Amino acid sequence: MGAEGTPFFGWPAADRRYLMTAGQSKQAFFRRTAWLLAVVSVGTIATPAWAAQGRLLATGGASQVEGAGGGGLVPWATLSGYGTREQEGGAVFATRVDTGDYALDVQGAAFTFGNRLELSVARQRLDLGQLRRQLSLPWQSLGQDVFGAKLRLAGDLVYTRPPQVSIGVQYKRLRDGALPLALGARDDSGVDAYVSASKLFLRGPGGYQWLLNGTVRSTRANQLGLLGFGGDHKAARSLVLEGSAAVLLAPSFAIGVEYRQKPDNLAFAREDDWRDAFVAWFPNKHVSVVAAWAELGSIASLDHQRGAYLSLQTAF
Amino acid sequence: MRPVTALLLPLAALLLSACATVPQRPLYDDLGGEAGVNALVELLLVRISDDARIAQQFATVDIVHLNDKLVEQICHVADGPCGYTGKSMAEAHAQLAISHADFNALVEDLMWAMDQRGVTRSAQNRLLARLAPMRPDIVVP
Repeated sequence: MGAEGTPFFGWPAADRRYLMTAGQSKQAFFRRTAWLLAVVSVGTIATPAWAAQGRLLATGGASQVEGAGGGGLVPWATLSGYGTREQEGGAVFATRVDTGDYALDVQGAAFTFGNRLELSVARQRLDLGQLRRQLSLPWQSLGQDVFGAKLRLAGDLVYTRPPQVSIGVQYKRLRDGALPLALGARDDSGVDAYVSASKLFLRGPGGYQWLLNGTVRSTRANQLGLLGFGGDHKAARSLVLEGSAAVLLAPSFAIGVEYRQKPDNLAFAREDDWRDAFVAWFPNKHVSVVAAWAELGSIASLDHQRGAYLSLQTAF
Repeated sequence: MRPVTALLLPLAALLLSACATVPQRPLYDDLGGEAGVNALVELLLVRISDDARIAQQFATVDIVHLNDKLVEQICHVADGPCGYTGKSMAEAHAQLAISHADFNALVEDLMWAMDQRGVTRSAQNRLLARLAPMRPDIVVP
């Protein structure tokens, strides 16, 4: 390390600065590190006996930013973890997206009953970074909690001819709605409802397995809900489309892209659709890593928000 | 070039290359023909006997008979020169309580055996795609 500084959990100082967004306290960094360590250890040490993990590798997917089983940005029809209909399963995860101006941190967990019903919680924290400095805001971050439920209606991702289809809801509640309400949002809580269809094509183009997912969502959430629900520009619900496509180059390795349409409810700032390109690695059924590049467009008046996305998940 | 575009391009290239179809060898040849399928099934049965999740299900099975029928069936399914003379999948599994987890365990053992045999990714996926529709006849409803 030398001039770069002292080693810290094996990260050189330069990486540490990257992980510690400007304005974020050392405390928050330690909290996040502790959470990541917990995420890894839960899956590797404490897989309970009733979680026999009978589903095939990678069919539990990752955890999306709102805590549901899915890709990175989009919920899929698959349910978290590896339980079959006679087993329970679930996942714990931590995700970070850093655009330079903003940083989004999410931690969450999901539990799946008999590959039928998934219940999830997620805590999101958006570090306002550059916006706070530009506007001298008294808030350092925006945060919300998301409580999700997803029910598999029919089908199996791998084995049935029609796709696996699930419906889900996400109840979102801002921890402090003062800033979003001041910026024109109507409410500080809201409910998203969605239907997802996912299918794995065992013999897809190029001889590889392909996963396709489509999701339709009804929502009033501004920037996931972090900027409140409904707005002075549009108060009503919007129907948005979300999609994912991935190719499994090996059973443990996938690359893919996602697209997520967004409503545009606030007058003070435009909201853009989101997209990302990802690589996902499933070394085993306990641990998975998703790295992505996310293009998030304009967020709260700051344009061209793009950056790295990293998600670590442990499943049982 | 933006990273999103950079990753989209190989995906698009994969799709295009797949559309420019070349006549495919029979799957049977990609599995190594008669010798390849024999070796694959033997490896699979050894793996199953070591698999604590499902070995019990095979404890009372006539392994030589099972070996013959599996070789025959994979040959048949892979467009090889064999007819399948065994019972239907539904008949053969009617008395067994095979769960979704049991079924997937066998799929994982088959994938392991194909890896060991050096079967290409594409041939593995072709065989899996042909076997997957049998699941409803094999697992308990």
